[in-house]
Amino acid sequence: MPKNKLHRLKAKYTPAEAKGMFVYLEHSEGKLADVSLELISKAKEITNGESIYGMLFGHKVNNLAEESIRSGLDEVYVIDDKHLLNYTPEAFTRCAEAIVEKYKPDTILIGATQNGCDMAGRLAVRLQTGLTAHITGLEVDEDGELVGWVPGFGGGIAAACKCPRHRPQLISVRPGVFLVGEEIKQSDGKIHNEPVPFSATDIKTEIVEKKVLAIDDISKADRIVAVGRGTDGDLGIAEELAKIIGGKVGGTRVALDEGWIGREQMIGQTGYSTKPNLAVLCGISGATQFTIGIDKADLILAINNDEEAPIFEQADLCVVDDLFDIIPALTKIVKNQISG
Amino acid sequence: MLNILVTVKVVPKPEEVKVDQETKTLDRGNARSEINPADMAVIETALKLKDKYGANVTVLSMGPPFADKFIKVAMAMGCDNGVLLTDRVLAGADTLATSYALAKAIDAIGDQDLVICGEESSDGATGQVPQGIAEWLDFSHVTYATALDLDEENNKLEAVRSLSNVTEKVRVPLPAVAAIITGAHEPRFMDFERRRELENGNTVKMLSAADIKVDPKRIGNAGSPTIVTGLKQLKTPERKNIRIEGKTAAEKAERIWEYLEKEGILKN
Repeated sequence: MPKNKLHRLKAKYTPAEAKGMFVYLEHSEGKLADVSLELISKAKEITNGESIYGMLFGHKVNNLAEESIRSGLDEVYVIDDKHLLNYTPEAFTRCAEAIVEKYKPDTILIGATQNGCDMAGRLAVRLQTGLTAHITGLEVDEDGELVGWVPGFGGGIAAACKCPRHRPQLISVRPGVFLVGEEIKQSDGKIHNEPVPFSATDIKTEIVEKKVLAIDDISKADRIVAVGRGTDGDLGIAEELAKIIGGKVGGTRVALDEGWIGREQMIGQTGYSTKPNLAVLCGISGATQFTIGIDKADLILAINNDEEAPIFEQADLCVVDDLFDIIPALTKIVKNQISG
Repeated sequence: MLNILVTVKVVPKPEEVKVDQETKTLDRGNARSEINPADMAVIETALKLKDKYGANVTVLSMGPPFADKFIKVAMAMGCDNGVLLTDRVLAGADTLATSYALAKAIDAIGDQDLVICGEESSDGATGQVPQGIAEWLDFSHVTYATALDLDEENNKLEAVRSLSNVTEKVRVPLPAVAAIITGAHEPRFMDFERRRELENGNTVKMLSAADIKVDPKRIGNAGSPTIVTGLKQLKTPERKNIRIEGKTAAEKAERIWEYLEKEGILKN
């Protein structure tokens, strides 16, 4: 018998046995992730009145289970254990597998956060099923099959993907794509406590240190000042403008790779999708990988000293000039106007 | 000695690929190829571990025959062996079938302590293959790592994971798969002399599907639960493209302000 699973894995059940749409409820620091709430509202919309279910793994998370019921779930399966306080691939994948074995879901929607993806990739192989990853759109086609739109090639192209013959189908959804629905006041949703399906020795991942950065990510900002290579890491003027207009500083992949911004500030295909009413883009050339994360902005103002920069095609207001002159001048005017 | 295997994907440059509006298929046209940007940091991460602890580093790629020249680049940077898994029957694979084929190849190469992958590829961008390989091989895994180190005494891998609002240091037993964040390390230059030497002889080992004894039901289209039913070029919303003119920066800033005020953008 070989040590690994190359010959041993097989599907848990047939598509005919599968039933129900499930949402994987992710949470951190005592809060349900926004993306999980977004998925509940989307699940409700596409299931058209059928029951929708949740799976929630953690420690002392009953209040989160209740919140998910108020957000629209009909039933939530909770696994509560002190070893689920922090995410580990072994424990969380095993929990999801146990819920799948018992309830045979048709579909599992998972937020494409980093830990969501970490689990989804391992779970898909364990269940020998399809994973439609990082989708930015979800619809039902004429055969009643779910179709997910997966962006690729820098976000310029999207592929319609479906998983017709394998269950459960796993679908991971980029945060910020769907809207959070309204809470329901009266609900008769049920919370089920499920047995712990692993022992402490099954967990191989040891968390030696954990630092929580108490900052909000860029996805919900109403106004954004985004920085790119053209700022050369000099973020002072961008920060000042952001402060004056009540916005947040974000940036491109380059800005992250150079260490100018944090991961929670990165906009684009591998970062966050944003929907600000104003985006001020400083020294950003306009690669599709970036613009896919900002194209829902109401108004885009781009400042770049290169007249040929592709970003100008995707901007409402185009300023061909040195951002180190324009940004301070704009900050000054806004400051005077607001205080005057 | 420690055996490290790095996976490298050769991808078309994203900006040079379009959708053919007639056939709704990908038009790679004359798109040039490159090593997937995330994988450059992977090669560097492996070589840093080699510098520090000594290691035998193998580069593995799955793709068309011409991918061998990119494997040679990785070898000229300092990797010891190059392997190209190339076979038409492996084409059309989704993440499940891809992770299976790579896991089979890694199993066939044998005795690997650490497999290092990129966080995602620029073409598919699903970021799911590394964890998948780990599951097939029953290895531990770490994703979104920025730095790797070894705990030699306990035969463990130490990794710093960078998540959106959390940074954590984790330790997992070897053998393990680690996925490295794009751009985590600046890649070193290749040794051009070694690159020239690699031109002569069979310096990259070629593997076929038969060589690694794959189950035909688990590869290519047959082994892929997900199917692509259509493609579209994503349209960006129409923008106004108003050019802001003015003699000085102050004048231009004034024009911007007038527009923002007229549109009520900065209200409340």
